[in-house]
Amino acid sequence: MLSKYEVVIGLEVHAQLTTNTKIFCNCSTTFGNEPNSQTCPVCLGLPGALPVLNKKVVEYAVRTGLATECSIAPRSLFARKNYFYPDLPKGYQISQFELPICEHGRLEIDTKDGKKTIGITRIHMEEDAGKLLHDSDAGSRVDLNRACTPLMEIVSEPDMSSADEAIAYLKKLHQIIVYLGVCDGNLEEGSFRCDANVSIRPWGQKELGTRAELKNINSFRFIKQAIDYEVERQADILEEGGRVVQETRLFDTDSGTSRSMRSKEEAHDYRYFPDPDLVPLLVSEEWIEQARLELPELPEAKIERFVKEYDIPHYDAEVLAAERTNADYYDALVKLHGNGKLCSNWVMGEVQRALNENGLKISDCPVTPQLLAGMLKRIDDNTISGKIAKKVFDAMWKSGKDSDTIIEEQGLKQVTDLSAIEPLVDEVIAANPGQVAEYRGGKEKLMGFFVGQIMKASKGKANPATLNELLKKKLAGE
Amino acid sequence: MQLTDLTIHQLHDLLRAGKTSSQEVTQAFLDRIADTDEHVNAFITVCPQEALQQAEAADARLKAGDAAPLTGIPLALKDIFVTEGLRTTCASQILNNFVPPYDGTAVAKLKEQGAVILGKLNMDEFAMGSSNENSSFGPVRNPWNKDCVPGGSSGGSAACVAARQAVATLGTDTGGSIRQPASHCGVVGLKPTYGRVSRYGVIAYASSLDQVGPVTRDVEDCAMLLGAVAGYDPADSTSVDVPVPDYLATLKDGVKGLKVGLPKEYFIEGLDPDVKKAVEKAVDILRELGAEPVEVSLPHTDYAVACYYLIATAEASSNLARYDGVRYGQRVDQEQGLIDMYRQSRAAGFGPEVKRRIMLGTYALSSGYYDAYYLKAQKVRTLIRQDFLDAFNQVDVILTPVAPTPAFEIGEKTANPLQMYLSDIFTIPVNLAGTCGMSLPCGMSQKGLPIGLQLIGRPFGEETLLRTAYAFEQAGDWHQQQAPL
Ligand SMILES: [Zn+2]
Repeated sequence: MLSKYEVVIGLEVHAQLTTNTKIFCNCSTTFGNEPNSQTCPVCLGLPGALPVLNKKVVEYAVRTGLATECSIAPRSLFARKNYFYPDLPKGYQISQFELPICEHGRLEIDTKDGKKTIGITRIHMEEDAGKLLHDSDAGSRVDLNRACTPLMEIVSEPDMSSADEAIAYLKKLHQIIVYLGVCDGNLEEGSFRCDANVSIRPWGQKELGTRAELKNINSFRFIKQAIDYEVERQADILEEGGRVVQETRLFDTDSGTSRSMRSKEEAHDYRYFPDPDLVPLLVSEEWIEQARLELPELPEAKIERFVKEYDIPHYDAEVLAAERTNADYYDALVKLHGNGKLCSNWVMGEVQRALNENGLKISDCPVTPQLLAGMLKRIDDNTISGKIAKKVFDAMWKSGKDSDTIIEEQGLKQVTDLSAIEPLVDEVIAANPGQVAEYRGGKEKLMGFFVGQIMKASKGKANPATLNELLKKKLAGE
Repeated sequence: MQLTDLTIHQLHDLLRAGKTSSQEVTQAFLDRIADTDEHVNAFITVCPQEALQQAEAADARLKAGDAAPLTGIPLALKDIFVTEGLRTTCASQILNNFVPPYDGTAVAKLKEQGAVILGKLNMDEFAMGSSNENSSFGPVRNPWNKDCVPGGSSGGSAACVAARQAVATLGTDTGGSIRQPASHCGVVGLKPTYGRVSRYGVIAYASSLDQVGPVTRDVEDCAMLLGAVAGYDPADSTSVDVPVPDYLATLKDGVKGLKVGLPKEYFIEGLDPDVKKAVEKAVDILRELGAEPVEVSLPHTDYAVACYYLIATAEASSNLARYDGVRYGQRVDQEQGLIDMYRQSRAAGFGPEVKRRIMLGTYALSSGYYDAYYLKAQKVRTLIRQDFLDAFNQVDVILTPVAPTPAFEIGEKTANPLQMYLSDIFTIPVNLAGTCGMSLPCGMSQKGLPIGLQLIGRPFGEETLLRTAYAFEQAGDWHQQQAPL
């Protein structure tokens, strides 16, 4: 039944910006403090107080616009969005309406049918509202610490045709803004919130169907659930000969369903008009160019560079570039060591394992790229084997000491001296005549058994290459 | 001569010379307020204790030889200026218990100079009115005739100076709210160029039009007080970073060769004959002083009042949304839920004129009407501004009446809001153009009521304005007339 309809999805993302101070005053934006402790006359909306735009917010929005190929408006306006709510101290929200800072951008996503471009209609800046704290006995209270913290709203074109595409778009956008350092991307804390506009239409129909707006969905999983549920709901209505009504719906994560919040008729008339307390925002061409120059390398470019310069598989590059901190770690490591593939194996392997086990982020990794590169060099010069290296790595993790100290202290230096290995080889051959006969009879798989035995006897320190060569000769009876 | 009859510059000289003290002067004004305010009702709040403490501090500063021009000078503020620890009502019941935690920029500047603040002055509620009859603290009466209005909205600021209850005051002017009451009360009032004085800490009525200005006894005081509060303020994005000139330095430069524009659209039928005569006489005096009168045209004048009442009310409808009873001000408590709390608090807290303007402005911004009203008004505003810029290509200042009539009687126009709105017909265009204008006394009506002359200057042309006004003032003695109170 669903295949009768084409799904059309547009997304609105609200990203909280990581500036130190609020968008229109100097109050701190840090979370978790005493209610109303981070406030001043401006963000309290006291009579007589006036907003002053935080330039950093503009910088962040422009950065995002440039990273998504938007055109940056040389002149943009702030507007008042008027409505009453106790968490909105001025009775209006300062936002942008006509003339937003960024327009006409795009983002490329990977779909099951290949690459697809999703249009970005606009990006604008606005202030957040406060928070209502509901107290059963004392009634509701208002905490305005969050009031006036900077938000960026990123509105897409209705270019996505499935929940999977919507998620691909959101993940891509999320990755970019976190890469840009403008948003911490924390979905649970609401730093990255999403509203979805969903409609369906019979295949081939030109005009869009009536859309429903799904509000404030705060995880990638719920977005898929919410969209899938909505598509099915609308299809059911159409199948029964009904009509979809334009409305705002609230998704309930517990039941996996949504309910109507308000219909179009009940929609607010926000009476937008240019905020007379703020002058038009002028952004010069030079300033935009400067911001463009200061843009960090974005994931796409990074993946390409890793593949090309470090000669690693595309898969590795993608994994490493997924998060900027990971990529930075890897980048630093390769620059110190030189072997791209060895480095990617270690970062994706041991480093990631240890981080997961300890619940740490790579930015807190006790084994720095310097320490790790130093150890990898000891593998290269045969001081230690790859196997012993894991032991050294764990020791570095725990102690913070460098690899040379640990190798020295624990006597982990690899044995390459033939005269030291030969007696061990002879001993194992002598102790296992049966296996030797089998080997010589053609069961070459037993090679591993002999290597294991000798390694054990050397406490793992025998150089595997030297050992292999010698063992082969001896078993061949030379 | 009494201390309360003196100007800022006269008192400053006496204080500096040690011939009187700020405490003595302050006490004299406090006594005068106590004696006269039951007849005038200029004050909403008087703060004698704080004033005397400030006077004491000022005297110490004077003694130390560290006096600024306003050190120890008793002033009073329109109750629209937010004052730390001092109740600020905007003459509204919705703020009748509001004690701000901060000082606005203009007030902070006065305090830095060591000025003494006697109290907060009556006004039309939220600065909406032309007669001061819209105050929830009762009307102000004109010191020249208690049956007449003092003008509005800064009626308290003008009446207070005329009644010699303070040396000078600050008011605000959105469509004539300093100039029209100054004219009706026979004192000097100046509305600076938009962006000249910070609006930070001034309760907003119409943000794109509001401007702070002085109300004083003479032009020299006006120059001094303007100089004290003017200047760029990073806390007000609409304040403009233009250096503040020394207004006193050029005050006495005269008007020789100055071109004075007389807009033909302002000398119309219906202009009160006494007003017409007084203004024409003023033109003659300026001519005698060496100025050259020139007829100019401001062709879009007719649209100004309509344009103003769309823009000002639209902004007001949004500016006044914060008075919702949630965090400060008055809340009606027997409410049935949130929406009812908003409705009842606002219904009880706002007076009829404020409600009228909120409704008008809400309508003008509504979806479907925005283009026809608000946007159209903005376009007209651009044309009006251009009218002035064109005129200033030909002349240095523009001269007009301040109001079509002298002060009218209390109750005379309250039944007809449109009639009331027309009393600002000559002052409103200056706010729309964003330029500066001032009012100074130029005569008396046959009924013994003061008549004001309006001078309009180029944007940031306050110097020329003050220089012209000073020359005119010194040629006569209108500024020395005292209200019979
Ligand atoms: Zn703040």
